[in-house]
Amino acid sequence: MTIAARRPPRNGDIAIRTEDLRRHYRMGETVIRAVDGISLQVRAGEFVALLGSSGSGKSSVLNLIAGLDRPTSGNVTVQDRDLARLSREELAKYRLHVVGMVFQSFNLIASMTLAENVELPLRFAEVDRSKRESLAREALDRVGLQARMNHRPSELSGGEQQRAALARALINRPQLLLADEPTGNLDSHTGTEIMDLVREFNQQLGMTVVMVTHERALAEHYAERMIFLADGKLVGDQPNPIASQQAVQS
Amino acid sequence: MKIPDLTELALRNLRESLLRNSLTTIGISVGVASLVAMLSLGIGLQQLASRRLVKSGLFDTVFVTSRRDLRNYDRDDQRNGPAPGESRILDEPSRQEIEHLPNVLEAYPDIRFITELRYEDKPHLTMVSALPDSARSNDAFEGMRGSFFSSDVAPEVILQKAFAEELLGKTPKPGADDVNVSELAKPLLGKELTMRYAQRQAAPSAPGAGADMSGPDKSALSGAAYSVVSREQKLKIVGISDLDPESLRGPMRAKVFLPLKLGESLHVMQPTDLRELSRAASDQPVYSSISVRVKNPKQVQPVEDAIKKMGFTTFSILDASRGLAQFFAVLYAFLGIFGSLALAVASIGIVNTLVMAILERRREIGIMKAIGASDGDVKKLFFAEAGAMGILGGIVGVALGWAIGQVISLGTNIYLKRQSLPPEHFWVVPWWLVAFAVLFAFGVSLISGLYPASRAARLDPVQALRYE
Ligand SMILES: Nc1ncnc2c1ncn2[C@@H]1O[C@H](COP(=O)(O)OP(=O)(O)OP(=O)(O)O)[C@@H](O)[C@H]1O
Ligand SMILES: [Mg+2]
Repeated sequence: MTIAARRPPRNGDIAIRTEDLRRHYRMGETVIRAVDGISLQVRAGEFVALLGSSGSGKSSVLNLIAGLDRPTSGNVTVQDRDLARLSREELAKYRLHVVGMVFQSFNLIASMTLAENVELPLRFAEVDRSKRESLAREALDRVGLQARMNHRPSELSGGEQQRAALARALINRPQLLLADEPTGNLDSHTGTEIMDLVREFNQQLGMTVVMVTHERALAEHYAERMIFLADGKLVGDQPNPIASQQAVQS
Repeated sequence: MKIPDLTELALRNLRESLLRNSLTTIGISVGVASLVAMLSLGIGLQQLASRRLVKSGLFDTVFVTSRRDLRNYDRDDQRNGPAPGESRILDEPSRQEIEHLPNVLEAYPDIRFITELRYEDKPHLTMVSALPDSARSNDAFEGMRGSFFSSDVAPEVILQKAFAEELLGKTPKPGADDVNVSELAKPLLGKELTMRYAQRQAAPSAPGAGADMSGPDKSALSGAAYSVVSREQKLKIVGISDLDPESLRGPMRAKVFLPLKLGESLHVMQPTDLRELSRAASDQPVYSSISVRVKNPKQVQPVEDAIKKMGFTTFSILDASRGLAQFFAVLYAFLGIFGSLALAVASIGIVNTLVMAILERRREIGIMKAIGASDGDVKKLFFAEAGAMGILGGIVGVALGWAIGQVISLGTNIYLKRQSLPPEHFWVVPWWLVAFAVLFAFGVSLISGLYPASRAARLDPVQALRYE
């Protein structure tokens, strides 16, 4: 019943597969190829960093994997679900139960307390109120914010807000954690705290992590594998020996 | 999402932009208040009208006449009418028989005649009518000066305002303020009138001695079974009535009223007596018509049918009530449309507020979708907000409408009191109207929420989250 209990085997099952994935935006005459034929595979339990300069299409790829956006062509398969085949309703269910997301700007709802923010996905999942409260408490405990659960986001530091966002991403115990520059708004020390939490989720809870960043150092320190994008195309895909070693040690 | 969660989130969101949502809700309230005010007024007026009619004693009254009378007037009826054996004389035994029918409260003869009344030695010719004791509760006597008859045989009269004016020699000037009843009552109450009338006597001798009458058929007197004598009766004025208890009687209205038993005991010669001469078996009175009071207006029809079966002709104002119901249906429709108009304007306010809320809460909607809210969840949330504003607005509106009604009611009754008129209860907010108004406001709000809710649901989360 606890979050830590579930840990799928790292047997190299394919968690995410994209095939010739494209997302084009038509702006009048011109067509912007934000994602332009990307094929990649992420194994279950892997920690992958998506790197590239601004505008290279990192967020676009992440949104397609998250089921927030639909590809112009090609397809995304996550744990044997072909996202293109899912209805809007099914996509919402998929986001609710399979995916946890964190963003650069935290994206907590300002009018709600931390506890309410964290339990919001459980409301969409129609979980009973009493169960919601204990789960939210547990998740906030995990990120060290139990004492702040009745505070509003504006009363918290950036790092604390991002930790709350991580607790929210965790609450439905998803298999996939998608993070779009989670440390982009934080100083390096706070960023490291957040990254430690992400690694903890990856290693202890067995979540597959795809993290967008443009800080190569951060990727090298935490990710097992680095994928490089440029102009919507995949330009590099390499394992990270340092992080892999750390993972084995821990 | 579950309904309690939805409600909680909706109320929270409404609190977040308190001013705007309050103003929108007040808009709905005003709409509902105007609807409630309009319909309450309509209902109140209808109840007042039907109360008046019921109290007037005409709604629950059946008028009975003999078929023979009718045949004299209507030749067609003779062909289609009942066999002679079936038609009956309207005499005392038949009156008693009618009175014993189920649901009949009383059956009393209509005694009305034109005669001369002397006041301070000046003669006044007028229509006199006898009233049963039950007329005490008649609306017309609510604002009466003086009192009702002390008994059913007391030599007392109640005057209609117009006749009181005539006695005092006051001719109401057109356009001038109405003469106050109490001004008329002061000099007249307790004074005496002398009524001169023609009395019917059983004795066959001395026909028509001194009879002061203008019957339609004087020749009938020669074969009279009884004679007619001129009599005098002193009567005390006990009451002056402002309203006319017989307002629906038309040209047959009386201006002076006697107690019924007194009226009967006087044996006043009535026009129809002449026609009944040949049939009157004894000196038992034969009535030209009988008024039958029924327990409640619903029983008028069955009682009428029963009396018809006995061989009499009946008439009731039931049809008048049907016309009235129709009139009020139309009135309701009109008042309802005008009341709803304000609510329609308010519903545009809801649409506006919610569309604004979508623009403001773009990011929030994007976040909710990103963490797993479905289109339906977002739609329901906006619906819940619209619905909550509707219900709140409805409740406040009903209260407001009720308050407006109380104020108007109070104001009108103060005015009525100044005019020394009895207070009226013409403002009625029944429970069904309260429920209907709140539900209606809820429904209108949900309809107003349709467009904003589906727009919010269709919002693209990627776009919504893209901009700070
Ligand atoms: N809705 C849109 N309409 C038009 N162009 C878009 C839209 N969304 C993204 N783009 C374009 O697609 C390209 C890729 O955008 P994306 O946000 O994926 O880049 P990114 O790698 O995440 O950049 P950054 O590091 O700045 O976040 C950019 O050129 C962007 O302008
Ligand atoms: Mg980006």
